[in-house]
Amino acid sequence: MSLIGSFALLVALALAAYCLLAGAVALTRQTAGSARLGETARRAGIATFAAVLLAAIVLVVAAFRNDFSIAYIFHHSNRDLSAPYKFATLWSGQEGSLLFWSLLLSAYGLVLRLRYKTDPRLFAYASVLLAAVQVFFLLLLNFAAHPFAIMQGSLPADGNGLNPLLQYPEMVIHPPMLYLGYVGFTVPFAFALAALIMRYPGEKWIHITRRWTMVTWGFLTCGIFLGAHWAYSVLGWGGYWGWDPVENASLMPWLTGTAFLHSVMMQEKRGMLKTWNVWLIFATFMLSIFGTFLTRSGVVSSVHAFAQSSIGDWFVVFLALIFVTCAFFYGKNRSHLRSEHKLESLVSRESSFLFNNLLFVVACFTVLWGTLFPVLSEWVQGNKVTVGPPFFNRVNIPVALLLLLLTAVGPLLAWRKTSLESLKRNFLWPAMGALGVGVLLLAVGMRPWKDVAYFYSLVTIMLSVLVALTVISEFVRGGRVIARHSGQNLISSIGQLARRNTRRYGGYVVHFGVIVIMIGFAGSAFNQDTEKELGFGDRMSIGPYTLVCQSYTQDDNPNYSSEWAVLDLYKGGKKIDTMYPERRFYKASQQTSTIPRVRSTIGGDLYIVYEGLNQDTGRPILKAHLNPLVSWIWVGVWIMILGTVLALVPNSLPVRVPATARIEAEPVGVGD
Amino acid sequence: MPSVFHRRAGLRKSLLQSALLVASVVVLMGAGDNTARFEDLGHRLMCVCGCRQILLECNHVGCAYSEGMRAELVAAVDRADNDDLTLQSFVQKYGPTVLAAPTKAGFNRVAWIAPYLALALGLLWVAHLARVWRSRPLLRPADLPMPVHGPELERFREQVRKETEA
Repeated sequence: MSLIGSFALLVALALAAYCLLAGAVALTRQTAGSARLGETARRAGIATFAAVLLAAIVLVVAAFRNDFSIAYIFHHSNRDLSAPYKFATLWSGQEGSLLFWSLLLSAYGLVLRLRYKTDPRLFAYASVLLAAVQVFFLLLLNFAAHPFAIMQGSLPADGNGLNPLLQYPEMVIHPPMLYLGYVGFTVPFAFALAALIMRYPGEKWIHITRRWTMVTWGFLTCGIFLGAHWAYSVLGWGGYWGWDPVENASLMPWLTGTAFLHSVMMQEKRGMLKTWNVWLIFATFMLSIFGTFLTRSGVVSSVHAFAQSSIGDWFVVFLALIFVTCAFFYGKNRSHLRSEHKLESLVSRESSFLFNNLLFVVACFTVLWGTLFPVLSEWVQGNKVTVGPPFFNRVNIPVALLLLLLTAVGPLLAWRKTSLESLKRNFLWPAMGALGVGVLLLAVGMRPWKDVAYFYSLVTIMLSVLVALTVISEFVRGGRVIARHSGQNLISSIGQLARRNTRRYGGYVVHFGVIVIMIGFAGSAFNQDTEKELGFGDRMSIGPYTLVCQSYTQDDNPNYSSEWAVLDLYKGGKKIDTMYPERRFYKASQQTSTIPRVRSTIGGDLYIVYEGLNQDTGRPILKAHLNPLVSWIWVGVWIMILGTVLALVPNSLPVRVPATARIEAEPVGVGD
Repeated sequence: MPSVFHRRAGLRKSLLQSALLVASVVVLMGAGDNTARFEDLGHRLMCVCGCRQILLECNHVGCAYSEGMRAELVAAVDRADNDDLTLQSFVQKYGPTVLAAPTKAGFNRVAWIAPYLALALGLLWVAHLARVWRSRPLLRPADLPMPVHGPELERFREQVRKETEA
């Protein structure tokens, strides 16, 4: 098996290298045969996918066949692992995840190369650049992190098993989503660099890559939040985000990618920010690679980090190469990136995008800075320091709040120029609504002066209401205009409005999802927790809930043994549920894992962790967290996904309004 | 009618009750303060067992460090050591990585300054960009294009559509 896999990887490397070299020669030499050479390069790129797919299939089949002669399978699987996790073995370790990365990259390349007729020359350039990235990963797989390396010595009877923390259903989909996001940014990067190299006229490359970027961004968003949900459901500390370097590594490209999705509109509509956009997508791609470097090089310590290895050096060289290539072509062709228009007013959509981008990039810089500061400190002071949640929360929360404010104001600004009068008119009632909610929260007992966390929480909720009201007002105003001219009711008019400009209204739905998530974050200011040794019949209270311990029990299966508590849950003196927090001991890896139980309501989560037995007393310890509004985060993610899908749907034809119809100058449709 | 003695005794009783009430409130307030300080300081320290979790969030039963560290923190809070002294004693015992965030002294100050500096520089850059863009010269009459037809007109129409579409 390992021979087939190794051979497939070598063939893939040869094909990708051919695609790169032949493609580059075909593009640089304008001879009679260059078109044919270019076509062979394209086909080699397509065939790369088949070869990498074969290697990935071999690795998965080896996991299912318990082929422990392959070191990777020995280290990351075992006989009693269930089928979904055997499949997940593919991305559970370093070599496998690099193979998976390569597979996704070749799959993206396949789609790109099959759609080459859209613009053969631009696609040929992009295909060559994609092949260059592919060659890097295949070099790694063949010479530095070989997934088919053979075990030395006698054949082991069983494997070490999958890391217990990864044996959770979400881990079967979280890494693929995240990788689809990371790898996907290679495509807009390749198009941006291709357009720069060939001095591509106009903004067509942006239209071509818009969907790629949005799909990629959507996958990365899903990946990040699936990771957060996994952390919440498995790690048992009651939180979902710990500012760990690996979490930060996924957040950085998301921040710059989000900035790009906004600023690219300025280039499409006004021909501005061309240099900025090109560097933003370069940075996003480099941050994706940098994240992989962070997690694999051992430069920073992380609870998620894979084993330290020498492949970090490969990534440093690759990052340097990318940067030099980008800088070279930027220096050579920067005259091509001049802005076409001037900024007519500071009160305009353009300036709101400028500030929006500034804040996203500052947030990204802060995350990068905080992640790397321990390394910098070691260089300068000779000792490492910890940069943990207190730093990131303190610096990033104000930036996030400013972004939320811009999310509210931005849609109300028109391209080019907005009169202050119109801004005031559109902003007044949403602002009044937000203030009203603030007063209401103060009246029901919120005391922002007691703790800075309460203050941030209040401001977050008020700004979220402001955004929600501006989004709603945009839908209603546009819907009313259509209703007036088509005679439909308001709801169907709003539906038609969204279908006519799916990108804009899909974007608003995404904004709505963001504020629902922000409200969920705001709830964390009011988290409570308690811990207690709980014998039979003992009680523990938290918030409105009382837990009564009924019993403890144990179970055993070939993969793990487990013990759990049976707790009756009471609220207002009435039994409402029975909860079973669990602790598992995985036999193959000799590791324990907690499986918290969560009772989730719209108001908050009751989160129970069975922490195990007190070594001294022999009594079980239970910890209960009361986490307000957490479910809002997961609901918000679904809304964001819905909005992203809506934005990807092609626009329907605009409704034809008779030429004689008088269109009133209501401030509708100020642009995307 | 109550005598002066009885009235004074009543007054003394009221005063005693009030004093007890005030004392118990002060004590309870102190207890509340201690809990708040413990929570605050416990969230400014890391568990040093390698879990990379905040001290009060480390959930490893039998963790070789967190329970002892929490006990030390409770003792420091009960002794009414000030925050700096408490944190410093942890740094001396467990090293600088025990603090969950860099201090605001020496080189560590750079960690805090850099993000705000980046924001300030970014704002300056945006202001500069806005000034450059705004001061870009308008087309002089001689440069103004002649009336356009055909594909060029379509291009302008497309531009108008992009800039004004709903």
